[in-house]
Order: sequence, then structure tokens, then C-alpha cells
Amino acid sequence: MSTATATTGAGRDGVAAPPLPAPTPDRPVGTGRGRARLAPLGIGVVGLWLSVVVLLPLAALTATALGDGVTGLWSAVTAPTALAALRVTVGVAAGVALVNAVMGTLIAWVLVRDEFRGKRVVDALIDLPFALPTIVASIVLLSLYGPNSPVHLQLNATRPGLMVALAFVTLPFVVRSVQPVLIEAERDVEEAAASLGAGSWTIFRRVVLPTLAPALISGTGLAFARAIGEYGSVVLIGGNIPGRTQVASQYIQQQIEVDRPLNAAAVSVALLGIAFATLFLLRLLAGRGRRREASA
Amino acid sequence: MRTAPTTRLGLRLLALGYLVLLLALPIALILVRTFSPGVEAFLASVRTPAALSALNLSLLIVALVVPLNVGFGVATALALVRGRFRGRGLLQAVVDLPFAVSPVVVGVSLILLWGAGGWFGGVESLGFRVIFGVPGMVLATVFVTLPFVVREVEPVLHEIGTEQEEAAATLGAGAWQTFWRITLPAIRWGLTYGVVLTIARSLGEFGAVIMVSSGFPGVSQTLTLLVHARYIDDHNTYGAYAVATLLMGLAVLTLLLMTLLDRKRSTR
Repeated sequence: MSTATATTGAGRDGVAAPPLPAPTPDRPVGTGRGRARLAPLGIGVVGLWLSVVVLLPLAALTATALGDGVTGLWSAVTAPTALAALRVTVGVAAGVALVNAVMGTLIAWVLVRDEFRGKRVVDALIDLPFALPTIVASIVLLSLYGPNSPVHLQLNATRPGLMVALAFVTLPFVVRSVQPVLIEAERDVEEAAASLGAGSWTIFRRVVLPTLAPALISGTGLAFARAIGEYGSVVLIGGNIPGRTQVASQYIQQQIEVDRPLNAAAVSVALLGIAFATLFLLRLLAGRGRRREASA
Repeated sequence: MRTAPTTRLGLRLLALGYLVLLLALPIALILVRTFSPGVEAFLASVRTPAALSALNLSLLIVALVVPLNVGFGVATALALVRGRFRGRGLLQAVVDLPFAVSPVVVGVSLILLWGAGGWFGGVESLGFRVIFGVPGMVLATVFVTLPFVVREVEPVLHEIGTEQEEAAATLGAGAWQTFWRITLPAIRWGLTYGVVLTIARSLGEFGAVIMVSSGFPGVSQTLTLLVHARYIDDHNTYGAYAVATLLMGLAVLTLLLMTLLDRKRSTR
């Protein structure tokens, strides 16, 4: 280990590395060699830990989902209630991602370009949904939009109720990814456009939005990925009505309760597939954006 | 971009109105409802035997999860940054995996691995109950909090490089000595930040934990499960509000700590 790092260290400085001297006898025995022997052991332990904690459970999940072969998995995922739950999940999550894209950008813009009293408090408030337990989010929203609503707004067991819950827990994604880009954005291009007579809407569309696009897409995608798996925030406000407001995570929980592990595992695998596809797409888009920036 | 004052005001009102309706008003309402019967009522509600044992269990899970995440998290970060081995990309991907997995799916996966009839279901007959017990809840919490320590320590390790560690080794320090004297002090704020994130998530985890818990009050009911049980099973709305307020207090404390640590890290 120590030999390897020494070599890379020399290489980094751009100096042709001289052959390393053999460990001199006056060097305490066991230091260098002790580390070298420890390193593979360490990697082995880390690998074992990650396998037991993360990989084996997911492998057991996949194996259960494929218990009756691929056709079994397919029929479990396409069963009417399962498919309905997945449709509701993806539909509502996509809607929430869209709301986040618009409102998140707006909030980030107001936080960066506007000045008003109490701005720092508002800025700190944005992170709250990440810090709050999801079940608390559920309770909090039910107090205003549930049965005891003081404004008589009943969103309990409706799709708008689901959307409110998901919008709450995913609020920080777009704001926090767009905000730093807006801070860094060069204002002189916007001012040049303005001096050439462009209106503010045109400037936003043609100058600001293209700069924000990568951060906006990534924030929206992350919000979507988070929304499709949410459970705690929708469990109280969603109503769990199959075909109408039951989301995939609630369907999975229900199938475990009635002892249908294959159905639960199959829909879990489908949900994982959607999440992975979303994140893969985001990584692809980010890579393309970076390449374009490098070639520009 | 020059915006007309009226447009600017309109946008500001729109953004703030959204935040008030989504965040501020519901939270304020919970606080009002929790404290309107008086502070004593709140204290009584979070001091019932069930609430106290839920708090104890939540803290026990934190006490078990944090050392596991610190030990293996630092080791993983070291392996990712300093290790030159095949499959490093795979290791990276596995560390990020928990972010993409729904909490409920985490719970189901653990049931299918450790539950009766699962691959490791045999341990149950040996008298070691994983699912519906504390070990299952710990495993679920470790799964969802796994990336935090690794992802906070990794960039710091990149930044500090290996010169000091090499110097220490040249001067005759052993691997452990180098780690305790050089590496650990350098990563301490990143590590602390990761630990704070881990604690916050451990206290707040619901979906993964409810799947692997029997939910019995006093035995395997955490604070978040207590909120759920009081609201759904006992129709004790006030009790649910009170525990939710307690959890909110812990969340705000976390936020404050994170802000403080952020400043520490940047002035280091």
C-alpha cells in the first residue's frame, strides 16, 4: 500500500520516479508491510459489510420476485391493482416533479435576486422538509388539509392530498440545485440582452433558463425519484384507496401484510427499475452537458 | 435581468405564498394545537410509559447505528479514495444505492432475507430474532443511512491527500498510529457532519422500520411508529401532535447543528 501511494505521488509531480529503495533495515519492521497486508483485508471487510447490509437483501428481493420466473414477475406487476398503484405513483410523482420545477425555480430566483426582510429565515426554512421525519410531514399536512382543517379544505384520501404530501418532502431538491447556479450566473449577459431591448420574459427564456437547465433537470429528476418511493408522508394523507390513491409503496406494504411476498417483491423490483432508470438518465444528461461545456 | 417592481413583488408573493401554504402554516398549526392545552399537557403526553419506551428504543437504535456507520463508513471511504483495486466503481455504486431505494422496499428486502423462509431465516430458529425485533430495525436504519458518513468523509480524504500520512509512515508510525494521529483529526468535521445526518435520519426513519417492526408498544415501537399508532390506532390526535412536535424539535436541532458545522468546515 505504502509503495503504491509513493509511486503515484512521484508520478503526480511529473517527475520520473526513480526505482524505490528497498525498505532500509533501520525502518521499524512491520509498518509498511503491515499496512500492505491490512489493505486487502480492509477492502474485504468493507465488501462483506456492504454485501450483507445492502446487496444480499436486494438479491433476496430479486430472487423472490423471480420465484415463478419472468412470466410470474410480469403477471404480478401487471395485475390490475399493482398496475393501478404504479400508474398513480408515476403520474402523481411526475406532476409533483413538474410543480417542483416551476415553484422551485421561482423560489430560488426570489431567494437570490430579490431582497426583503426575513429572507434568511425563508432560506433556512427550505431545508426543513429534509430534516423532518416523513411521518411528521404527514401529521403536519393533515392538520391543515385533513379532517380537522380550520379552513375546511379536505384533501384527505385524494390525489391532490398525495401531491401536497410529496411536494412537501421534495421541496428542497430543485431549490437547492438551482440556487447556486443562479448565484454564479453572470449578470452582464442578461444586462446586454436588456440593453438590446429584450423583455424580461425573453431574457429569462433565452438567457437564464438555458444556464439553469442542467441543475433544473437534475433537481427535478431527483425529486421524481424520491417521490415514487415515498411512504411515510403519504401513509396518513393518501387514504390507500386501490386504483385511486394507493401508491406503489402502500401496495407493497399491503401485499406483505396479506402474505403475498411475490407480489410485493415484483412491484418492488418495478419501482427500483423506475428509480434506476431515472438516475441513469440523469447521469447520462449530466455527462453530455459536461462534454458540451468542455468542447465549447 | 431587470424586472419591473410590480413583477418582482408578484413573484415574491407567489413564492412566499407557496411556502406559507405548504410549510409555514401547517407547522404553525401543529405547534398551536400542541401547546394550546398548555405545556403540561404536552409534557404529560410525551412522558407516558409508551412514549418514554419509544424514545428509549429510538435512542438505542441511534446508539447502535452510529458506531456501525462510523466504523464501516470511514473504512469504506478509505477504500474508495486510497484503494487501487478492481471493482471500485461497483463499490461506489453500491454506496449510492440506498438513496435510490424506497424505504418500504428496504423493509421488504430485509424480510425476504432474514424473515421466516428467507435465505438467512435459519437464524430465527437459533433464537436470534431479526425481523420484528431490534436487529431488523437496526439493519433497516443502517441501510437507509449508509451513504451519509461515506459521502461526507470521502471528499475530505481526497482533499488532504496522502503526504502527511506518508511522512508519518516514514517517521516510523504504524498504520493505526497514522490513522489516529493524522487521518482521523483531518476528517473529524466531515465525519461529524455525516454522524449528524445519520442521527437525524435514524430518529426519523419510518417506512423501512415499520415494515420490520412488530409495532408492540414498549417492545419495538420507535417515536415515528408511535406517532403513526397514536393517530391511526388510538385516534389520539393530540398525542400524535405532541410526539410529532418532539420530533420536529429534534429536527430543528439537527438543522442548527448542521449550519454550525458547515461554518466550521469552511473556516477550517
